[in-house]
Amino acid sequence: MGKQTLSFTLNGEPVSVETESHLTLLQLLRDKLELIGTKEGCGMGECGACTVLLDGKTVNSCIFPAMEVDGKNVVTIEGLTDAQGNLHPLQKAFVEYGAVQCGFCTPGMVLAAKSLLDENPKPTEEEVRHGIAGNLCRCTGYIQIIQAIKAVSGQI
Amino acid sequence: MKKFDYFKPTSLEEALTLFAQYGEKAKWIAGGTDVIVMIKQKTMTPDVLISLQGIPGLGEIKFNGTLSIGPMVTHRMIEKSELIKKDFSALADAVSWLGSIQIRNVATIGGNICTAAPSADTATPLLVLGTQVKIKSLKEERTVPIEAFFKGPGATVLKTGEMIKELMIPKPLPNTGSAYYKLQRRLALDLPILGVSVLLSLDKNKVTCSDMLCTTSPISSILHKMEEDQIICKEVRIALGVAAPTPMRAVKAEGLLRGKPLSDELLERVAETAVQEAQPRDSIRGEAWYRRDMIRVLVKRMAMKSIERVIQPEETVFPERLW
Ligand SMILES: Cc1cc2nc3c(=O)[nH]c(=O)nc-3n(C[C@H](O)[C@H](O)[C@H](O)COP(=O)(O)OP(=O)(O)OC[C@H]3O[C@@H](n4cnc5c(N)ncnc54)[C@H](O)[C@@H]3O)c2cc1C
Ligand code: FES
Ligand code: FES
Repeated sequence: MGKQTLSFTLNGEPVSVETESHLTLLQLLRDKLELIGTKEGCGMGECGACTVLLDGKTVNSCIFPAMEVDGKNVVTIEGLTDAQGNLHPLQKAFVEYGAVQCGFCTPGMVLAAKSLLDENPKPTEEEVRHGIAGNLCRCTGYIQIIQAIKAVSGQI
Repeated sequence: MKKFDYFKPTSLEEALTLFAQYGEKAKWIAGGTDVIVMIKQKTMTPDVLISLQGIPGLGEIKFNGTLSIGPMVTHRMIEKSELIKKDFSALADAVSWLGSIQIRNVATIGGNICTAAPSADTATPLLVLGTQVKIKSLKEERTVPIEAFFKGPGATVLKTGEMIKELMIPKPLPNTGSAYYKLQRRLALDLPILGVSVLLSLDKNKVTCSDMLCTTSPISSILHKMEEDQIICKEVRIALGVAAPTPMRAVKAEGLLRGKPLSDELLERVAETAVQEAQPRDSIRGEAWYRRDMIRVLVKRMAMKSIERVIQPEETVFPERLW
């Protein structure tokens, strides 16, 4: 079997890429497509650093088979800026509220927050915590992250 | 990571034929949250993965008299199903604390029971709900009750080339409530130290002391008061996870309560009997003595939660009573 060609939408643009059939989506993004915004923490689905959006839903790309993205819509952190290169409101709020320290969890955290707000534009604090429970941050203690998300949802 | 070929059949026949061709070298892959992790950890070494994602009809929740859950239904779909929350509550309890949203968006119920971890969160709810598992191979189709499905840690009745095609859950009797408790150290991304599911079908849903369920009165006082109403337990099922090599029913404990009026003293004996039926072990997540103690506590608490769900008192204590 060996190489396979995958066609999918990546950050709004159609892409076609050759892959080996055993790669994960994370390997496809970082190693083949050179989009290194998506991070690898644990590599086992536990930490959420590798979170991307697949058809609008968060998935851990480190344990997601690349072969399954054929025909799908993938959004990575690189896809959040607008056409002029402006940061997404969530990214701006993360900067403003000090929700980024080492930054390793940030791409995944921002995408988890985006998916949360897309589904539930005015989450309670409890819902915010539940919504980002799959994303570990070793630096911030989460408080600033929660504040940034609440700010974007107009609740601060 | 080990190399493997990856097939994406688009029909059941194609999938089963492919599997028959590769046999022991192949594995099914659903969401892959167990398969890919196991391949990375080298505890699974397939040459071929056969994906169930492209097969139509395996990812639906349907209800017409019987609840039908396709094996490819994700935990997130179950979490969002109002029908399951209302009438099959133990299953809704189980998926809402499973992994993380990222995991629940991808991981399936079929994969959860096929991995057959003693800690599988959906196993004990499926046990108390009386689930039938429809299994398909190229040659035959058979149905086994979920009690007979698990054979040991990581082992099931599935033979090479067989797949789960559907989970069927009968409509509960009137006045039924069910609940699952996942005893865990953190609220996300943790496996249970113990999982306890209870289902109760009562002969009525109106009791004179329903207000007491909205208070912080101790369980024993509420039950003493309820004894005056002579509430009969028409059906009862109790299932324990991480309490034995496979998820198990506590059938002796159930037998004590079936057909009897609810009382504090009886529920106490039921919980104690469930403890005796369990065979927990010491493990990294918890020791056997602790699991035994918590079975006694949680069987009673999940019985109370089931009762609360039948009686549905108008007000609830805030924050929601833990039981
Ligand atoms: C970070 C993390 C956290 C987790 N947390 C929990 C948790 O809290 N609770 C819990 O119970 N589990 C948890 N899990 C385990 C896992 O997510 C679940 O068991 C999940 O339901 C598996 O589903 P899947 O679709 O990903 O299965 P897969 O990995 O695709 O498959 C699992 C097994 O089932 C087989 N299989 C799949 N579908 C079928 C079918 N229809 N017929 C026959 N065989 C089939 C596969 O061959 C494989 O052996 C966690 C996993 C990770 C990585
Ligand atoms: S790197 Fe994927 S979850 Fe940690
Ligand atoms: S900012 Fe360092 S891990 Fe979150």
